[in-house]
Amino acid sequence: MSDHHHDHSHDGYDVDPLHHHPPQPDLEDTPLTHHQVMQMAVAELLIEKEIISADELRRQIDFMDTITPARGARLVARAWVDEGFKSRLIANSKAAGAELDMDIGPIPILVMENTPKTHNLIVCTLCSCYPRFLLGIPPDWYKSRSYRRRAISEPRKVLAEFGTDLSDNVGIKVHDSTADMRYMVLPMRPEGTDGMSEGELANLVTRDCMVGVSVPGTTSAS
Amino acid sequence: MTDRRRHHDMGGLEDGPVKVSEHNSEPWEKRVDAVRSLLSDEKRNLLSVDELRRAIEDLGADAYDRYNYYERWMAAMANILLQKNVISVDELGRKMAEVEARQGNKPI
Repeated sequence: MSDHHHDHSHDGYDVDPLHHHPPQPDLEDTPLTHHQVMQMAVAELLIEKEIISADELRRQIDFMDTITPARGARLVARAWVDEGFKSRLIANSKAAGAELDMDIGPIPILVMENTPKTHNLIVCTLCSCYPRFLLGIPPDWYKSRSYRRRAISEPRKVLAEFGTDLSDNVGIKVHDSTADMRYMVLPMRPEGTDGMSEGELANLVTRDCMVGVSVPGTTSAS
Repeated sequence: MTDRRRHHDMGGLEDGPVKVSEHNSEPWEKRVDAVRSLLSDEKRNLLSVDELRRAIEDLGADAYDRYNYYERWMAAMANILLQKNVISVDELGRKMAEVEARQGNKPI
């Protein structure tokens, strides 16, 4: 919501020189960059050649919008309330996901369990491999040079930059993802959550907890 | 000792603090991602993850630093489609000129 509350119409041109809106160009009005032009050109060529259809493209975008960290959180919450499921999730995340009618995608995902002695962190030093079918699109910082460089050599410092200070008694295992093997962290269930339902527990599990740069709190993040 | 790493191979090197930044995907970024997914699926099988990664690494150090994330993806994808003769340089050039000529139109 904008914070201005003048009573005026936005339908016509705003000619009052004292009433200046900050410049907010519509995305459509901004000149396309070279790569945006290339994107449109390639998509149109692929459609003309009937390699993809415009409909498939739209449906794929809609599908991608449905993939959020809530999927990973659902697996974590189930693992917290069901030891058997947890074992199966760690042994074979694809089969465990299928139990919840969840497709974890074509690339295997290893679920790494945090324990009182070991904290897990994931990175992709070579590019940006990420458990996208469980967490969606990776955040910018995950793809940043500093994270890719330092997560494996000074993970404790990197975690501190996310506000996560681990005790020296806790070891850190860093998992470097590849094109063929992805990881997700199974965080520890926080103390004081005994009375919570599976749905309430899932709300405690943030994306950052499943990457390992954070640990779940006892209040819902959303 | 000479560092024989390639440009993208940066694990363990020094750097400043992580900037904990993110942004919502822009529509054009989603379209890059969606086209990539479609080209990679079983129906088309034109682009594997490894091929994309190789093509990104082959952009060279200069472009790797200059382009942002999805720009790298886009340039790499276009290169693969050219290399596989799915599209030609000529077609791409003409189509890009066409898109530029109608700048401001809503993309697909």
